[in-house]
Amino acid sequence: MADLSRGAPGRTPLIGMRGITKAFPGVVANDGIDLDVYPAEIHALLGENGAGKSTLMKILYGFYRADAGQILVNGKPVSIRSPQDARKANIGMVFQDFTLIPALSVAENIALFLPDLPAVLNFGEIQRRIRAFSEQYDLRIDPQAMVAELCIGERQKVEILKLLLSGARVLILDEPTRVLAPHEVQALFHVLDNLRRDGYAIILITHKVKEVLECADRITVLRGGRVAGSLRRSEASEVGLITLMFGQELTSPRVERRKVRDEGVAPLLELRGVETRPSGTETRLKGIDLQVYPGEIVGVAGVSGNGQRELGDVVLGMIPCARGRKILFGKDMTRASIGTIRRHGVGYVPEDPLNMAVAPFMTVLENIALTRTGHYARAGGLRMDWQAVHRDVQEAMERFGFPFSLYVPARTLSGGNLQRMVILRELAPGPRLIIASYLTRGLDVRSAIAARQALLHARDEGAGVLLISEDLEELFALSDRLAVLYGGRIVGTFQPEDTDVYTVGRLMTGAEVSHA
Amino acid sequence: MTLLSVLGVISSAIFSGTSLLYTTLGEVITERSGIVNLGLEGVLLVSASSGFAVTCRTGNPYLGVLTAALVGGLMNLVLGYVVVTRGGNQLASGLALMFAGFGLSALIGKPYVGAKIHGLPRILLPGLAKLPRLYTSLFQFDMLIYLAIPTAFLVWWLLYRTRWGLGLRAVGESADTAFASGRNPWRIRYQALFVGGLLAGLGAAHLSIAYAMNWTEYMTGGRGFIAVALVIFSKWHPLRAIVGALLFSGAVAFQLLLQASGVKVSPFLLDTIPYFLTLLVLMVWGGTRRYAAPASLGRVYHGTES
Amino acid sequence: MRETTPFFRSARLWQKWIDSVARYTLMILLALALFGLILLLSGRNPLLSYRDMLKFTLGSAYGFSEVLVAMTPMLLTALAVALPSRLILINVGVEGQLYIGACCATWAALTFSHLPAYLLLPLMALLGMLGGALWALVPGYLKARGIVNETITTLLLNSVAPKIVSFFIFGFWHSPVDTDKTANFVPAARLPTFFGTRIDLSFWIALALLGVFWWFMKFTRWGLEMRAIGGNPQAARRNGIPVGSYLVAAMCVGGAIAGLAGMAQVSGYYGLLLANFSRGIGYMGFLISWLSFGDPLGILLMSFVVAVIFTGGNLLQLTQALPFAAINLLLALTLFVVLARVRFPAFARGKAS
Repeated sequence: MADLSRGAPGRTPLIGMRGITKAFPGVVANDGIDLDVYPAEIHALLGENGAGKSTLMKILYGFYRADAGQILVNGKPVSIRSPQDARKANIGMVFQDFTLIPALSVAENIALFLPDLPAVLNFGEIQRRIRAFSEQYDLRIDPQAMVAELCIGERQKVEILKLLLSGARVLILDEPTRVLAPHEVQALFHVLDNLRRDGYAIILITHKVKEVLECADRITVLRGGRVAGSLRRSEASEVGLITLMFGQELTSPRVERRKVRDEGVAPLLELRGVETRPSGTETRLKGIDLQVYPGEIVGVAGVSGNGQRELGDVVLGMIPCARGRKILFGKDMTRASIGTIRRHGVGYVPEDPLNMAVAPFMTVLENIALTRTGHYARAGGLRMDWQAVHRDVQEAMERFGFPFSLYVPARTLSGGNLQRMVILRELAPGPRLIIASYLTRGLDVRSAIAARQALLHARDEGAGVLLISEDLEELFALSDRLAVLYGGRIVGTFQPEDTDVYTVGRLMTGAEVSHA
Repeated sequence: MTLLSVLGVISSAIFSGTSLLYTTLGEVITERSGIVNLGLEGVLLVSASSGFAVTCRTGNPYLGVLTAALVGGLMNLVLGYVVVTRGGNQLASGLALMFAGFGLSALIGKPYVGAKIHGLPRILLPGLAKLPRLYTSLFQFDMLIYLAIPTAFLVWWLLYRTRWGLGLRAVGESADTAFASGRNPWRIRYQALFVGGLLAGLGAAHLSIAYAMNWTEYMTGGRGFIAVALVIFSKWHPLRAIVGALLFSGAVAFQLLLQASGVKVSPFLLDTIPYFLTLLVLMVWGGTRRYAAPASLGRVYHGTES
Repeated sequence: MRETTPFFRSARLWQKWIDSVARYTLMILLALALFGLILLLSGRNPLLSYRDMLKFTLGSAYGFSEVLVAMTPMLLTALAVALPSRLILINVGVEGQLYIGACCATWAALTFSHLPAYLLLPLMALLGMLGGALWALVPGYLKARGIVNETITTLLLNSVAPKIVSFFIFGFWHSPVDTDKTANFVPAARLPTFFGTRIDLSFWIALALLGVFWWFMKFTRWGLEMRAIGGNPQAARRNGIPVGSYLVAAMCVGGAIAGLAGMAQVSGYYGLLLANFSRGIGYMGFLISWLSFGDPLGILLMSFVVAVIFTGGNLLQLTQALPFAAINLLLALTLFVVLARVRFPAFARGKAS
């Protein structure tokens, strides 16, 4: 293991974690981890999903208590039993799902975390302090705005401001770029850079090697709950880091792109000028024209919150079309129910399987039967043919190479297995049209490859695929055609080989909205 | 229809609306902290009976009001133990509290059925003294009536302008976040329940000590449930609760007015009007204002490492 | 395959059942001790009271039959809550649906009093169920359309229903003697009773319905789909299950069962319609259903316990000069103890919060 003090001889680390061990039922998340973080540095904590990064940081932040090990702040051992203790030690954390309260204003959210808040609130004073910090670090935000009205990038700014105002000197950021558009990522790195200059220590939890190489001073790689290596940026390379993360080099599947489309074939899905009604937090779709032909993958790129979820839901029938027509398999299904649409052969892999696809307390087998209850019902519905379900699932598991338990509640499956279960359920009956949102979000690299292969296989069998994602790498690797969604509109359509990531990225972030 | 009868209706609306307003304000506070109290009916009954009993024994209505308020707070703390500390289901526990209130108030109040008391003294606002006697008698209000609307503003100030209120609203929206900010969701919910119970107790006191000035079993007549409905009607906001309480009691008063003016309609059907009105308003607003409810209303807070 | 076989799972289930029955028994004893304390404070002898209660309810065949009689409406109202609760619908409105059901059944009993029992009783039951279902349709529809939460609408309608019943009784139906009740129903409008006790047909119907409910949820396609909706309504909709229709249907079926309970009350228990007859039976059903997590066997056991308390409490009114409402306190204490999931050392598992 690398000698951690080598990078900064003679300095006391701001944070020292020694031999941190934490086990959850069935898994050791952290196994004797050592970590040093110095003032004025950006320290990346790199690893794939489940490597133990988040657990380690939640221990530092007092959300979990370590089974063994010690935490030193400025060289002195401290006991961190709660987030409050952590904040008293000037440690702050920005979580992946932000901990802001949407119903409160920016100022109220920040005030909530101020350690010296007077009993009677003085919002003028609080707003003055927010403005001072936000100007110093380019974190401009209106203190009186309701958080519910802010976009994700702005919420992240509020989170960071919250920590700065409460006096944190160590900032932990959990996958901060996951939700950001490319230009917002640059802005964030700029902010972090300024903070480092002022002596803040920043811990960046991530699995994106490219970003680590871009902004981190030092990198600690975790694998399977242990430190796989710790190095300075000057010593690190992309291949080296990936090898440390996975223990072996992984290859992405080679994709054979369908260059020629048979124009004589009717499209499976055709949206003509589809619009939705504005409602709640949903993004309103406007004038969507889109076709999906058999045997092609149509990628839809867009930063989340620009209408991706709504697009998938409109096709499925979850959200009604306010205007326009939806033609599926040659029939007008603008007003058809979800049940009807599914019976015609539509499969849907939603972005968040646990919340959008399964009943968590029912068994895996029951969950698989749910989309086809009519198919498995016997005696007019008085009885379900579970043997037939079991038989079909067994057969599909062999075909896909996805093993998972069938008689346990769905919620006990890991995120990856759950995603596999949903992919199997939706793809096994051989749908003619597949809607896949964020197919590989939350999956480790291995599962992601398996999922992509399943999709390609379905395409090769003649199914049409609508692949909705913000992962440009994935979209470029898989799509036969690429559409960009921004603000509820399709702002561009491309052949992937005729364009590049930069062009699409700029469109996704609204940099070049062509007036279509 | 004379001016007098209209004024009479307004006066009776104010009298019957006051207890409703206090109760609603109390429920606004508890619901803002994330706890819905369906047992309000029981809380009101126990407060009303014990307040009445103390007034009867001591002859001092102020002591009765104080007792009623404290008893309301204590009743809510019982609910707090079940739903906050033990994580019981809020709706079911609330209903259990209601049954407890039925039982307890019957036990407490039994010796005082039919007893007579001197209620809270009624005072006339200085400027109104010149009016004819017939009118002034309509607008002689007790202390609790005069304090009702200031109380609503006080509750607003507490919720929106103090650290405690900020923490309380945060707990109601997201107990996790509030905990992360150093608040103790359990303690804050107990506090909210206690304050909410105090206010409900004041409402009950107004009912038995100032307005009806007697005790009968089940005398609250569903006011607890109406208050729960009014909290939704007023979008969990203390100032809108004033409007809600007045509207509801105004509808009751209007029904009295109809009867007074000799319109022949069954009183039972007229009684249902305020409920249908509330239902109608909920239907009109419901579609657009769903997001106003505190986000963690009804949820149990288990702590982060459960 | 490391999957547990059904046999092992059912063995573990039994273990859980025995555990929970023992735990509930201890809880009820604790509640009795608490109520005993209150009795003691109000100058009554708790031991004597409890002895009276037990002797009267479980100590004689007649007492036991009275417990079953008291239990009948509880079974039905609890079921009326349990079925919608499987779709996370909170039907607090059983109280109102019960009144409307009773009202509709009474109309049939008074209007078609010349019909023979084999026609009149089914007609009354049908109308009662229809009335209850209609009363639940409004909240169900508003919920399914996402307009108003069903908890609040059902609560509001609960306040309305008794007034409507009173409207009919005081306005049209009251007997020449009393203003607050109808005359006794004709014999053809009375549910048949058994064993010379007051146990009537509705008791057996309630038991049968509980069995059907269990079978329906476990084995049928609709049960499966309902469990899916209860588990995750969003996902169920995306999986093609017509969630809105299920929500409306479940509310209506719940309302129908509550209406049947109302019909059984007027046709079986009272033999007439009385203003404000329910005294919170609907809320009681809500509590029983919640305490037993909507499980049919649990509903049976909890209803029995509550029925024993109530039947016994009725007697205390006589022997101990307690106001009848006071027995609500014993009931509430029992509920609190169960809802608070009071732990006993022998059963302690994990730490509380």
